[in-house]
Amino acid sequence: MLAYILRRILILIPTLLGVSIIVFLMLHVTPGDPAELLLGERATDEALAEIREHLGLNKPLYVQYGMFLKRLMKGDLGETIWTRQKVWVEVKQRFPATIELAVCALCIACFFGIILGIISATRQYSLFDYISMLGALAGVSMPIFWLGLVFMLIFSLNLGWLPLSGRLSIDVDLEIITNFYILDAIITRNWIALKDALWHIIMPAVTLSTIPMAIVARMTRSAMLEVLRQDYIKTAKAKGLSQFKVVFKHALRNALIPVVTTIGLQFGVTLGGAILTETIFAWPGVGKWMYDAVMQRDYMVIQGGTLFIATLFVLINLCVDVLYAIINPRISVN
Amino acid sequence: MAETKIIKDPHDRHPFIEQMSQLWRNKTAIAGMLIVSFFVVAAIFAPQLSPHSPVETSLYDQLKPPVWHENGSWKNILGTDDLGRDILSRLIYGARVSLLVSVFSVGLAFVLGTLFGALGGYYKGKLDSVIMRIMDMILAFPYLLLAIVVVAYLGPSLRNAMLAIGITYVPRFARIVRGSVLEECEKDYVTAARSIGARDWRIIFIAIIPNCLGPLIVQTTLSFASAILDAAALSFLGLGAQPPTPEWGAMIARSRSLILRASWVMTFPGIAILLAVLGFNLFGDGLRDALDPRLRD
Repeated sequence: MLAYILRRILILIPTLLGVSIIVFLMLHVTPGDPAELLLGERATDEALAEIREHLGLNKPLYVQYGMFLKRLMKGDLGETIWTRQKVWVEVKQRFPATIELAVCALCIACFFGIILGIISATRQYSLFDYISMLGALAGVSMPIFWLGLVFMLIFSLNLGWLPLSGRLSIDVDLEIITNFYILDAIITRNWIALKDALWHIIMPAVTLSTIPMAIVARMTRSAMLEVLRQDYIKTAKAKGLSQFKVVFKHALRNALIPVVTTIGLQFGVTLGGAILTETIFAWPGVGKWMYDAVMQRDYMVIQGGTLFIATLFVLINLCVDVLYAIINPRISVN
Repeated sequence: MAETKIIKDPHDRHPFIEQMSQLWRNKTAIAGMLIVSFFVVAAIFAPQLSPHSPVETSLYDQLKPPVWHENGSWKNILGTDDLGRDILSRLIYGARVSLLVSVFSVGLAFVLGTLFGALGGYYKGKLDSVIMRIMDMILAFPYLLLAIVVVAYLGPSLRNAMLAIGITYVPRFARIVRGSVLEECEKDYVTAARSIGARDWRIIFIAIIPNCLGPLIVQTTLSFASAILDAAALSFLGLGAQPPTPEWGAMIARSRSLILRASWVMTFPGIAILLAVLGFNLFGDGLRDALDPRLRD
């Protein structure tokens, strides 16, 4: 097992190098002078000369890539064009908001997805099964940016139940420790802020959870159906165990193995979907930051943000693979 | 001696007919096909079907509600937007844009993916590992993010959005084709083809590829669904279709500021996207059940 994990980590190196090559090349494949792209059209000649020197833009491409990698190793992702902030500092500031949103969305997706999947599987071909599976297919087909706006219209603008956007109301004080607002509120026992933060996260999290929820529901249903057909389930039933015990104690454990993988992979997908959700709900995370950067053509931010999200995505997929090997001793790790 | 009669087993039908009849029995797949054909017809006959021009503005008809509202009229059945453009007409022309985008981007992914997958699977070795590593690199990005970044560099336009979506879909096709080619290469008919001196490209494209068409067709149909969704998302973010192109995602983006005053401007394009994507997904699921029992989840 240890050897397997080590090998997986080793494979990580070429993948991450590949990611860095793609991100690096994008700037150079783009028509136009990279220095001008990075600094914007209004840059002075001195500034242009300075960045050419700093990034080695006059040197051959492979030398430039070497310099790029060297800077990456030092954690230097460059500076933003407009605010002259370190890109890395900005990423660090924003990514807790994104992770908080993604984790909440995934929790909602797992909870409802798994329950729907189990009920559908135990009542295959019932009306409930048909409706929930059609619902799941609609969920996969949902334009979430539209769904988010519909939620806003109904729950915020018409009914006034939920706040329109943002992470926290302006009049609520919260001592920031980890930048995960829900966590901070619990640590500081600030229940007002906790309620406010939860109220703010409901709509974006539900919006973001739509597609993963549908996928988890479909996966749980098919995995459950597979397991329920097996002999040991018949044995358990023959022993006179209750339906509840058979389903939750015997079947669910084995059925969850492929579901866990699906959930892990969905986490990465959620990171991509966060760009849409965060933009709609003005959620101050990495996604909205990237979107703003695309609109302002701030290529340093695009570069840094892309590298960051892709690295996170690769790492999560690695964790999922390792976790899969651990919970499923049947697969040979070779 | 009595004549021996050859009685044909009624169940022994050509696999293709068997698959088609299975597809025909699948009600959800038929529903999907109907939805898809509905949009295809709308796209092809857009000029004949739409009551008004999709881009012509009319100062006197701004923000007219749909016909079932108090102030609605039969002139604009689904109402008008803030520039007085007829929403129904824009939706019909929007079907054209969305289907064209998905045809081009999925087509690009199909051609490149099949080519790379076949080359990798057939020649194996170094070429295969290089191709597959490149595919892994593309897969190392959440794909919507990759599409957004590609468009950010190339500049926002519908053409670049198609290109970006196409690139991000290449690995799915490459993986399917590579897997099938690896499997088929071991079979006797490939050895036979080789022994009579058939050229490599002939073996790949005339002998092998037709044998893995099933999974490819399924993947193509399902990719149509996600391409429509992704193109709408890109246009919503302002990275795809530019105004005044009647594109569903762009229509939703424009309606954001009108959300309270005229919710219908936002509602209908969203329903159109949902229906079109759902249609392709339903049809794709049915095709998968019929053509490719291995892939059933």
